[in-house]
Amino acid sequence: MNTTTTAKTAVAPAHVSIGDVARAQRWRKVGMALLGWAVALLIFFPIFWMIITGFKTETDAVADPTLIFSPTLESYAAVQGRADYLKFALNSVAVSFGSTLLALLIAIPSAYAMAFLPTKRTKGTLLWMLSTKMLPSVGVLVPIYLIFRDVGLLDTRTGLIIVYTLMNLPIVVWMLYTFFKDLPKDILEAGRMDGAGTLQEVWYLLLPLTLPGIASTGLLSVILSWNEAFWSLNLTTSNAAPLTAYIASFSSPEGLFWAKLSAASTMAIAPILIFGWLTQKQMVRGLTFGAVK
Amino acid sequence: MNHSLPSLTHLAGKPFWRRPATSQVFLAGIASLGAMAAQAETITVATVNNNDMIIMQGLTQEFEKAHPDITLDWVVLEENVLRQRMTTDIATQGGQFDVMTIGTYEVPIWGERGWLEPLENLPEEYQVDDLIKPVRDGLSHEDTLYALPFYAESSMMYYRKDLFEQAGIEVPEQPTWEQVRGWAEQLNDPDNDMAGICLRGKPGWGENMAFLSTLVNTYGGRWFDMDWNPEINSEAWKEAISFYVDLMQNYGPPGATSNGFNENLALFSRGNCAIWVDATSAAGRLYDANASEVAEQLGFAPAPVAETPKGSHWLWSWSLAIPASSEHKEAAQTFITWATSQDYVKLVGETKGWTSVPPGTRESTYENPAYQEAAPFASFVLDAIRNADPNDSTLEPNPYVGVQFVAIPEFQAIGTQVGQMIAAALAGDMPVEQALDQVQGATERNMKRAGYIK
Repeated sequence: MNTTTTAKTAVAPAHVSIGDVARAQRWRKVGMALLGWAVALLIFFPIFWMIITGFKTETDAVADPTLIFSPTLESYAAVQGRADYLKFALNSVAVSFGSTLLALLIAIPSAYAMAFLPTKRTKGTLLWMLSTKMLPSVGVLVPIYLIFRDVGLLDTRTGLIIVYTLMNLPIVVWMLYTFFKDLPKDILEAGRMDGAGTLQEVWYLLLPLTLPGIASTGLLSVILSWNEAFWSLNLTTSNAAPLTAYIASFSSPEGLFWAKLSAASTMAIAPILIFGWLTQKQMVRGLTFGAVK
Repeated sequence: MNHSLPSLTHLAGKPFWRRPATSQVFLAGIASLGAMAAQAETITVATVNNNDMIIMQGLTQEFEKAHPDITLDWVVLEENVLRQRMTTDIATQGGQFDVMTIGTYEVPIWGERGWLEPLENLPEEYQVDDLIKPVRDGLSHEDTLYALPFYAESSMMYYRKDLFEQAGIEVPEQPTWEQVRGWAEQLNDPDNDMAGICLRGKPGWGENMAFLSTLVNTYGGRWFDMDWNPEINSEAWKEAISFYVDLMQNYGPPGATSNGFNENLALFSRGNCAIWVDATSAAGRLYDANASEVAEQLGFAPAPVAETPKGSHWLWSWSLAIPASSEHKEAAQTFITWATSQDYVKLVGETKGWTSVPPGTRESTYENPAYQEAAPFASFVLDAIRNADPNDSTLEPNPYVGVQFVAIPEFQAIGTQVGQMIAAALAGDMPVEQALDQVQGATERNMKRAGYIK
């Protein structure tokens, strides 16, 4: 077995011309591109289906799936007539960006400490932080609800920002920690030789050098907060209700609602989709940051 | 039981500056003392997303015009989300809502715990005696009313008049389940996408178990005996569930275990079912030619019976209640008496059409000639609701309130578990007897743990 394989590989180059190699490479490229497209389409299909369902009538939406129908805006009109989209959208923006900023403010110093000044308990602390993500949210719903009731944070954006910050903090710290760790210590040391203090070191060296990483961490945190539904549904009523609560109000146990729900969902994901598209470069750069360097 | 909670609230967290509402009032008061007096009181109304409630939301302006000192803030959520949200708030005395939309299942339980404001001093012109009696009883605990019915429903049988005529079937005044089986067999035509019968199969205490509880009732069964011992593997249960599984496997639509009310409504209105037994509230939609292809061929009959007519059709109502933790009780009561009044029914009838009127709550609605003309199904619905007694729903006596549910907090979990097992039996994963024996054991354990049985 082994000998034949070796023989074949050894023999092959002699028969293969440069043109063959180029052709094979081209086919491989085409194949990979096709595979990439297939995976992308597969992932995008539910979103695509939601978007077109939003333009159907309620009866078309539950009829046999088809791509041929006469598009209508009636669901969008109905959705807009029943709830103030802008109010919910502004809450979503405030809460997801607010919590991300707060999380970064807390996480950057702590990730710095863990990456550059590790102690023997650093690993344990990191794991412990991650373990808090393993508790199902509903398990702490009642205590948090009671605390929020007593300090007057129910149905406030501040309350949601606090909860989201705490929720995303472990992930944000972990991501920043890995980015910071990849940074050669020599660079910071050189800075220190030139007389930079800790703050200057962070501000002039660490942050600019790891900016793609910080940006992608921030983006992830924004997206996670934007999509979070459990806490936003349970801790808000009307004043601070974000878009997840907006979507939830169009699902119904009685009567047809798929078209309206799809229209509402499309409107709810539109801002973050556009935002994600605009910042795509940062995202990809950040996510592949360690490997490219 | 939980009477300590309200006092706890007062002790635990009410320094005035900590409450956002008060601090806002405080700050605003400093800014503009005079302007405050004219500002309206805002009440937060939590409600479900269905047609009748959306109509009510749409009429907000009418209410605010009549009561300029009150503004309404709506929180609309899907039923299960809403139930969880409201339960959290009311159990912790969160005070986030001033009006809650709750069902006949919650009212007696929450009323007993003192979580709801008793509605004892309703104004004369509200005419509380006009509310249909079983509905009113279902919303009371120990003769105290805790919620006002917004709409009520029972269950009945829908069938395709055209198919029945072609097959030469005459539907008697009170059909039986044996007859229904014969008709379903005769009309079942899977090659043409026509199921002989459509029934709920989706598991859940409010989904398949709502229907199946009425089927068990009419076969002479009950959930619990007088000492709270579960009877889920009794002969009556076995007979009823075997009948259901056999009926649905032979003459039901494919994939019946994922069909709830909505799915069956879609199937029937597209013309894929010959018979459907479900909520009376579907009548308005099936009769609406814009939403249903079978509006012209729609036939009605009372829900079929077997051993006994008792409990053969359910009673459910969505109603409006005021949580004891509300800080705007008076304004809230003004709103709920408006939304469930005779005038409201008239307002909806005149502005949205008489088929859109919230059904099942007031005798006067059914005496209205305009409604009788617009809704030919009205008398069936009224009879069904009048004859549904939540306090006496089974052949042998039972200790609980509710026709298609048992009004104890443990029932949601029990009902859903039983529903899942029966769905498994319907899917052919296990025999009916085995499924029922298993849930009988599980329910016994649940009831022991909850302290009902020793």
